[in-house]
Amino acid sequence: MYSRAYKTIVSAPPLLWVTLFLLLPYALMFAHSFWAVQDDVLVHHWNLDNYQKLFTNPLYAEVLFRTMRIAASVMLCSLLLGYPLAYYLSFHSGTHKELLYQLVIVPLWVSYLVRGYAWKTILGSEGVLNGFLQYAHITHEPVSFFLYSPFAVILMLTHIYTPFVFLPIYASLEHIPRPLVEASQDLGASPFSTFFRVILPLSMPGLLAGATFAFVLSLGDFLAPLLVGGSSGTMIANIVQTLFGAVYDWPLGAAISVCILLLTLSLLFFTQRLEKRWSFK
Amino acid sequence: MSRRTPTRRSPLLAIYAALVFAFIYLPLAVLILYSFNRDGVGGFPPQHLTLDWYRQLFADGPIWDSVLNSLIVASGAVALSLTLGLLAALALDRASFPGKALFRRLVLLPLILPGIITGLSLLMFVVLSGLQLSLLTVFLGHGTALISVATTELFAGLQKTDRAQEEASLDLGATPWQTFWRITLPNLKLSLIAAGLLIFTLSMDEIAVTFFLIGRDNTLPLEIWGRLRRGITPEINAVSTLIFAVSVALIIIWYRIRMRSIGAEAKQLLERP
Amino acid sequence: MSSVAIPQPALVDANAPLLEVRAVAKRFGLRDVLKNISLDIASGEFLTLLGESGSGKTTLLRLIAGFEQPTTGEIWMSGERLDTLPPYKRRVNTVFQNYALFPHLSVRDNVAYGLRAQGTPKKEIPSRVNEALNMVKMTEFAGARPSRLSGGQQQRVALARALVNRPQLLLLDEPLSALDANLRKQMQSELKALQREIGITFLFVTHDQEEAMALSDRIALLRDGALEQVAGPREIYARPSTAYTAQFIGQTNLLRGEIRRSIATCGVLRWPLEGEDGPVIFSLRPETIRLCPDGKRQTHEVKFRGSIRQQIYGGASELLEVDCGADQLLRVRLPACGPLTSEHDFVFSIADAIRVVD
Repeated sequence: MYSRAYKTIVSAPPLLWVTLFLLLPYALMFAHSFWAVQDDVLVHHWNLDNYQKLFTNPLYAEVLFRTMRIAASVMLCSLLLGYPLAYYLSFHSGTHKELLYQLVIVPLWVSYLVRGYAWKTILGSEGVLNGFLQYAHITHEPVSFFLYSPFAVILMLTHIYTPFVFLPIYASLEHIPRPLVEASQDLGASPFSTFFRVILPLSMPGLLAGATFAFVLSLGDFLAPLLVGGSSGTMIANIVQTLFGAVYDWPLGAAISVCILLLTLSLLFFTQRLEKRWSFK
Repeated sequence: MSRRTPTRRSPLLAIYAALVFAFIYLPLAVLILYSFNRDGVGGFPPQHLTLDWYRQLFADGPIWDSVLNSLIVASGAVALSLTLGLLAALALDRASFPGKALFRRLVLLPLILPGIITGLSLLMFVVLSGLQLSLLTVFLGHGTALISVATTELFAGLQKTDRAQEEASLDLGATPWQTFWRITLPNLKLSLIAAGLLIFTLSMDEIAVTFFLIGRDNTLPLEIWGRLRRGITPEINAVSTLIFAVSVALIIIWYRIRMRSIGAEAKQLLERP
Repeated sequence: MSSVAIPQPALVDANAPLLEVRAVAKRFGLRDVLKNISLDIASGEFLTLLGESGSGKTTLLRLIAGFEQPTTGEIWMSGERLDTLPPYKRRVNTVFQNYALFPHLSVRDNVAYGLRAQGTPKKEIPSRVNEALNMVKMTEFAGARPSRLSGGQQQRVALARALVNRPQLLLLDEPLSALDANLRKQMQSELKALQREIGITFLFVTHDQEEAMALSDRIALLRDGALEQVAGPREIYARPSTAYTAQFIGQTNLLRGEIRRSIATCGVLRWPLEGEDGPVIFSLRPETIRLCPDGKRQTHEVKFRGSIRQQIYGGASELLEVDCGADQLLRVRLPACGPLTSEHDFVFSIADAIRVVD
């Protein structure tokens, strides 16, 4: 139905643009990771030094593992908050469903920075939370670990990503035909049993998508640590950022980026396979 | 007849859901409240409520310059992303060419990759091309990264359209070009608006990619970011509150548009003989 | 007799009904979907709830299954209160309209689902599953996923999944409506035979009156949330109590007229009939009207002359639309007899004009 001219006109511009502005840049990043810096100047001298540095210096491994722990915590917490919320909305909310759904979506449209800043003002030693605790005579001194710690990063990122995790899970749950839930109860399974035998398995694709999203984006986040992480909450992306900033070592930064990229891609690939196994049409 | 599974109302779950809602909204509520607090950003309870911070905000030149910059970049990004995204969606829907699978994944990559990677890659590209860092580079960054949003939304919209309508148009003698303008595009109206609003919002809020592509002129998020480094005042609460208000307004507008179009569809179905 | 015949619980009275619906009403918002329904279902019978969409038949089924609660009234089964129990505690199983097979489980696991959920010993499960699959002739598909099965096959699996639990009552919610005509007829006879064989009480919901007549021991006709008539197929066809019943089940001619001084008059038709003076409605089935070639009528018959407006050939029979004069049209069903000329005499027995109420 569509002529060759049509198809060409339609495919060529995005193809060209994406090649020029996505493929090429990512390739450049890849190339940079094999180069080096000598005397503050970038040298196109192909080597594996950067990767060697990464694998031998324990600092990088330590930060990477801390980052992965933080990302895993964010993923877990977002799931623990987002899944029950999605379940409640999908199965128990009756007439208010549409309104409640919109209420969950609203924070997504509100700036990341705004939400991160909110936590910064709440968690500090002079912040709202400490103020409230002292006002209510629960504590007598400011608690310092609220802010500038991995805890604060996890808290902030969980807050950011819970609605993100909610969305695909909610979509998955809405897709479950209600007669299946009735059939399960009809056959003798209690609501609790029905959840684990029917609802959870059928919501897996959404759950996997949401979890992956939260994990991957937390992994590469550098803003949350800068806002609320302090020195103990530094993540791997901060190291990359400084390498591209104050410490002028683009190749090393590129190498770390490539590692993050590969890690992300393999995770995505892995979850995609899992999702396929868990989707039943 | 309503067919609802009789859910023994689970009070525990309802309480839990309410707590999650509270978690999501409390920080925002606190933020808004303290934008009126005379004595600063922390402490409890807030006393001496005032509009002074808002007055300071409205007199703050650099902030409004950055707002203007953000608006320019966002509008450009919407135009660029929608155009390329529309073409990409059409291509994915209708054409087959070597490397199509790779193309699809490539287009969607910026959506799922952490922004720092896309930002840095583009930075390297910019340096290579000799371009100066400026609003132009920011615009290129946003436009490119957000193509994925446009493509996803428009592709879904294309899937929902009735192919037979286009066939009917061609059958009646319209050229493919005319068919595109008179049939395909109007059918995508809703998707285009949705994608446009979303891209606009994401661009206004974008930090990660912008961080590395910014020149001398700041966008709003980066202007705020710079202020944060210098120290926090309720003026930042005030601008945050305004951003929140604008976001909510945008959602309401979006919601109204969607409801009106769903209502129109439903009316059509009901009026069918 | 297959070994799946369920042991009926010892009833206080062997004649006591299995299920008792006592003055049940259901209201959704402002709508009374069911109004004061009382119905008994005997053990081992095949009862059909028949009605148009909106008549409340599916709602009643769902009340018995446990997916809705009655607004007023009670439901009892085997001498115990049923409507206060959640669905997963009732000895009732349902075959859903669109089968509701679990897409993430194989056929075997679908059938075993109820057994597992209720904690049946693991050793017992395989044999009972195989028994159920055998019963519906789906053994060779045991390992398949529901998405690979045709509509008819899915329906059998849904049946097996319900029956394997040996419920006291099986509910079927228009299970054949998604099948094409031939498959439907085939499944109807299989269902009937199956029910006879295993002896489980079936409560079947449909809007198709032919299906109801073919399958049921008794039919409960629902109209706007109330029971119009409950009787066996033959009785409900031959002696409909209301005009609605007469028209819904099979075809009929509704004759409206009056009785005056022991003469019933409906348009051009009149015959002697005992009864009080007043308006009256009769149901006259098309097949009870015959041609009267010699023009002679007997004492118990009514004769009339009419011109044939339309003749529709139906293979084994003809359906005629006959104009009796004064705008009175009657439908007449005759055995196939070839095209007829315009005017003829017809007769019917007075006894075949069944008196009905509105």
